[in-house]
Amino acid sequence: MQLDNLYQEVILDHYKNPQNKKLAPDCDAQVHHVNPSCGDEVTLGVKLNGDKVESITWEGVGCSISQASTSILSDLLTGKTLAEAGAISEEFLELMQSKGALEGNPEVLEDAVALAGVSQYPARIKCALLGWMAFKDASLQAQADN
Amino acid sequence: MSFDAAVIRRDFPIFDRKIRDGKRLVYLDSGATSQKPESVIAAESDFYRLHNAAVHRGAHQLAEEATDIYEGARAKVASFIGAAESEVIFTKSATESLNLVAYAMGNAPIGNRFNLQPGDSIVVTEMEHHANLIPWQQLAARTGAVLSWFEVTPEGRLDLTQIDKVITEKTKVVALTHQSNVLGTINPLEAIVQRAHQVGAVIVLDACQSVPHMKVDVAKLGVDFVAFSGHKVLGPTGVGVLWGRAELLDELPPFLTGGSMIETVTMTSATWAPAPRKFEAGVPNMAQAAGLGAAIDYLSNIGMDAIYQHEQELTHSLISSLSEIEEVTIVGPTDMNLRGGSVSFTVGDIHPHDLGQFLDSQGIAVRTGHHCAWPLNRKMGVVATTRASLYLYNTQEDLDALIQGIHDATKYFGR
Repeated sequence: MQLDNLYQEVILDHYKNPQNKKLAPDCDAQVHHVNPSCGDEVTLGVKLNGDKVESITWEGVGCSISQASTSILSDLLTGKTLAEAGAISEEFLELMQSKGALEGNPEVLEDAVALAGVSQYPARIKCALLGWMAFKDASLQAQADN
Repeated sequence: MSFDAAVIRRDFPIFDRKIRDGKRLVYLDSGATSQKPESVIAAESDFYRLHNAAVHRGAHQLAEEATDIYEGARAKVASFIGAAESEVIFTKSATESLNLVAYAMGNAPIGNRFNLQPGDSIVVTEMEHHANLIPWQQLAARTGAVLSWFEVTPEGRLDLTQIDKVITEKTKVVALTHQSNVLGTINPLEAIVQRAHQVGAVIVLDACQSVPHMKVDVAKLGVDFVAFSGHKVLGPTGVGVLWGRAELLDELPPFLTGGSMIETVTMTSATWAPAPRKFEAGVPNMAQAAGLGAAIDYLSNIGMDAIYQHEQELTHSLISSLSEIEEVTIVGPTDMNLRGGSVSFTVGDIHPHDLGQFLDSQGIAVRTGHHCAWPLNRKMGVVATTRASLYLYNTQEDLDALIQGIHDATKYFGR
């Protein structure tokens, strides 16, 4: 079934067992993003150590795509430099906007390639990007404060 | 003529197409927009093919024909809702209709009955669509008036026990929905109409979810303004209706100004044409009005009472079937008393978007999310719901597909 491209096991696993889903009290920046068309919400905190992402923690309610995507990025980007995290985020954005043309590079995107199927469902792309936009916002704020 | 939804479906070309790799279209999203019968599509298209000209202008045959069609559509709407033609205003949408009243009230000078002063009260309800909430929030913010509201009970009914405290001597306008687009609740209006008029307030009724589904007679309702959209009542997008009592339309200032809505114009001032033209500045959405006229003809031929009866039977069947599924919680009344065919629900831990996506893969179109009623979702304690909304072309087969789809989704996401 085509739907299986969207709901891969990896996504349902992250949805049922989300990673880093507990806001750390000592974030450098914390942001709250919502998807106004559906009400999905993510609160995401970033802690930096120099130019490295030391931790990404979050809370949220929403569909499996938005919640799994946030869980995946919180794993993937932790420990990366801000430059690396930015480059990965750009590559993920490109994958989401590819309308199914890209599969995603698993060496860069790791579990996030499981979200490749989302790019064929235009209404769901913003679900997948919710956490990533929150991370971008929070990391910029954290740098500005440091 | 006996009512047969399976026969009615044949009048709607969209049901000939297939969805998601050859599946039958199960359209359960008429609360968002209705599908269109061939006669409506033809009326809109014929206007452009045969009669296109700017109405109310021009001394040529096309302009005459266009004006006849446009004013003919107004007459059909008027007769459909039991109104006088001069009380029926065409807008671009129900949202514009509601904004028209709110902005026009904001334009009312001191001495005009619609003038709002700081401390005056505007009353809404917790079950309003954003389109009948935000214009009033904004009007309150612009004028210093105070926004108050009727609360919603856990069963999804309006709590009218505090009616005399919610509607006060200070209340100038009460805006509420006739039927909730989320809960399906049909609001009883008698007590609100009586109390509002007792204190001299006007009542603005959002009838987007009632006019398409039941016989609505504005005179019998006793309200003062009624708004509904064309596209939810089998008509085209781009046309909405505002009905207002003649004496109120006389006093209400205009909202949009420009061509067509004037009586005389000098370099420094203008006077207004009588309603409805006072409220129809600019060249209107003529082809869309023509399509709406055809939609009203179509519904009238079938009969609103038959349509209502059909939807009541389907709604009852849907609620019964949903209630038998352990994981399903219905958000809204589960008894059929004063209840229409918008049925919102949640299914266990499955997020509505995921459920909607699964149903879509089976050819079933439902609405998911907060349905433009975010405060109501919060009140009912849900982030989002899935909504099935019914219309005259839906059949028991559609409901069976939905119920099967919900069962299959529980298995799919439970893996």
